[in-house]
Amino acid sequence: MRAVDAVMECLKAEGVEVVFGLPGGANLPTYDAIVSGGIRHILVRHEAGGGHAAEGYAKATGKVGVAFATSGPGATNLVTPICDAMMDSVPVVFLTGQVRTELLGTDGFQEADTIGISMPVVKHSFMIQSPPEIPRAIHEAFHLARTGRPGPVLVDIPQDLSRAEIQYEPVTDVRLPGYQPRVEGNQKQIRQAAKALASSQRPVIYAGGGVVNANASQELTEFVTSDRFPITCTLMGLGAFAAPHPQWLGMLGMHGTRAANYAMDEADLICAVGARFDDRITGKLSEFAPRAKFIHIDVDPAEISKNVPAHIPIVGDAKHVLAKLLIEYRAIAADPTRLDAWWSRIEGWRSKYPLTYEDSADSEIKPQYMIQALYEATGGEAIVTSDVGQHQMWTAQYYHFPKPRRWVNSGGLGTMGFGLPAAMGAAVGCPDQLVCCVAGDGSVQMNAQELATCSENDIPIKVFIMNNGYLGMVRQWQELFWDRRYSAVDMGRFPDFVKLAEAHGATGMRFEDKRTLVEDFKRAIATEGPVVVDVRVTREENTYPMIPAGQPAREMVG
Amino acid sequence: MGEPATKQPLSLEELEAAASLRTGRKHVLSILVENKTGVLTRIAGLFARRGFNIDTLTVGPTEDEQVSRVTLTVDGALHPIDQVTKQLHKLINVLKIRDLEPADTVARELALFKVSADGVQRGELMQIAEIFRGKVVDVSKRAVIIEITGTTDKIAAFEAMVRPFGLIEMMRTGEIAISRGRGET
Ligand SMILES: Cc1ncc(C[n+]2csc(CCOP(=O)(O)OP(=O)(O)O)c2C)c(N)n1
Repeated sequence: MRAVDAVMECLKAEGVEVVFGLPGGANLPTYDAIVSGGIRHILVRHEAGGGHAAEGYAKATGKVGVAFATSGPGATNLVTPICDAMMDSVPVVFLTGQVRTELLGTDGFQEADTIGISMPVVKHSFMIQSPPEIPRAIHEAFHLARTGRPGPVLVDIPQDLSRAEIQYEPVTDVRLPGYQPRVEGNQKQIRQAAKALASSQRPVIYAGGGVVNANASQELTEFVTSDRFPITCTLMGLGAFAAPHPQWLGMLGMHGTRAANYAMDEADLICAVGARFDDRITGKLSEFAPRAKFIHIDVDPAEISKNVPAHIPIVGDAKHVLAKLLIEYRAIAADPTRLDAWWSRIEGWRSKYPLTYEDSADSEIKPQYMIQALYEATGGEAIVTSDVGQHQMWTAQYYHFPKPRRWVNSGGLGTMGFGLPAAMGAAVGCPDQLVCCVAGDGSVQMNAQELATCSENDIPIKVFIMNNGYLGMVRQWQELFWDRRYSAVDMGRFPDFVKLAEAHGATGMRFEDKRTLVEDFKRAIATEGPVVVDVRVTREENTYPMIPAGQPAREMVG
Repeated sequence: MGEPATKQPLSLEELEAAASLRTGRKHVLSILVENKTGVLTRIAGLFARRGFNIDTLTVGPTEDEQVSRVTLTVDGALHPIDQVTKQLHKLINVLKIRDLEPADTVARELALFKVSADGVQRGELMQIAEIFRGKVVDVSKRAVIIEITGTTDKIAAFEAMVRPFGLIEMMRTGEIAISRGRGET
């Protein structure tokens, strides 16, 4: 059969249900094969939309997302989603067409060095050089994407090779001698960690997106609740531990709660699980958690001691390690009353500094209230995606995620325009669930074209635009750190989002009154098909609390 | 438990010992890689991206044609060597890394020196070359070319000696290194 037909067989063997993509000259053979390939293809409006949709699909379902693009501009349009998937460890396989081999290196029409351009931002990539390599490359790409620390893998296939005839035999093994991710943590180290935890007076469990990736939410919860461990999650880890809960301190980091950040600051032992001590967490590194020893559990050895030296490093998959840690910890039977003083200190912060804002007395919709209203209207039971900016932080603060894979956002790269296509992908992957996107009026315009894709394919996402008429987060920084010299942040009056929705075949609504907002939201959610809601919120509201960039947690403001 | 620089699982002690360590000395990393296109670009790109400087780099075939060896030297005063090796490990085509212990390693570099030499100077130059066990490989009216192999230090010492004669050109290959004894590098 043709190599491209073998590609379809490989995709099916890998359990692929859906692909997001857009054709062009160099991947015409692939698009010919997909006609009868037995795989659902969703034609997106822009390859970046397709890439983010594949990410949203992957994040919401835990399966590998797949995106197709042609050579040259098709492939370069994928660079942002690839990089985004790398930063947030999202398993996605990208299949790009390439010009015919005889044109390679000649600056041929629509030739781009896709492998070279993407090299710094892929987990791995395969440049196909002969047709028989293709099936193995596809399988190995899936294996690499989903195992170990997940990430994006790219397979670039020259057009002539993709249409060549090959002898297809299903590939059932992988030959990657240089790739042996460690799953089981070292027992001795786990025991040592359990001991350290049992004797600590001021412990904090700090969980990140790795817990979600490892499907280790249950193990995390059992471990945390086996004693009275205070727990905080990163932006990427939200939902790994069900909020609200008495042991839940809220999110930590730049816009985290004071309770979480102060607890990190005063902790004597921090147990990091699937988290990477990003600068948005640590603030000023030299003053980060100055009294703490660190247990660091991660599947990627390179993360351990990269930013903060670990006293007890454990390389392994969070699911396995946490399960073993629980057994070791139970065997010790630590005295829970040793944490009394610690909890009273934490409770003090909690009651003194609750997450709060000054609500309006009239109809004005405060952005924080908008998220609370959405939480209420959805019963906290939606998959929520977001773009990047203030609305993202408020969603993280005020929408309490009860489960993992309910919160889909772009954390590491902070990609504006992620939310809408990611919601599309999540909705395709989870057709029985309500999928909402909390968008910024700036961000949403970066991939709004995918609304048409949603309308064409009956993908009923509900997009809630937090419309403050500003590139709000940038405006906030200009206000706080640049003497309020507003520069290029006012988005003006256009577009009219209701008309924009309608032009794309979606329902448009506009809400401006807080008093009816919950009911209005319910109405929007009950409306069939894709819906875009333009929510007019307070224009100049700041996201607080905040650790100014490069400052220690102690210096939180707001 | 393997050593910090192999692909085997890392142990607690080793990780702890290696954590963010700036050793303050030169490290010779001997890296076995799958012989696939783009491997060198991946390694070079990784170094550039992470802000690590490569001091010298050599690449060549091994006894196994599917595998190549990259030998590179990095300054452990400037870079945390454990991060360098751990990041290298993440490259899928990297099979094995050894951070060679200087005491257990035979390291060699080849250098060619083109030095001005007329008349009287020539004899003196030849003497120096002999002391360094160098070979004169070309002589012309006003210059000689001398070939030297040895450790980086030896070549640096030779360079210092011949510079006053008028060093026209120098070329060095960068070090290759092999571990002593029966075991594989
Ligand atoms: C692609 C991209 N360009 C620029 C930025 C920088 N940036 C971060 S937040 C932000 C403002 C986003 O505005 P909006 O989407 O309206 O959200 P808001 O902050 O107002 O809630 C910008 C421009 C970014 N994160 N991504």
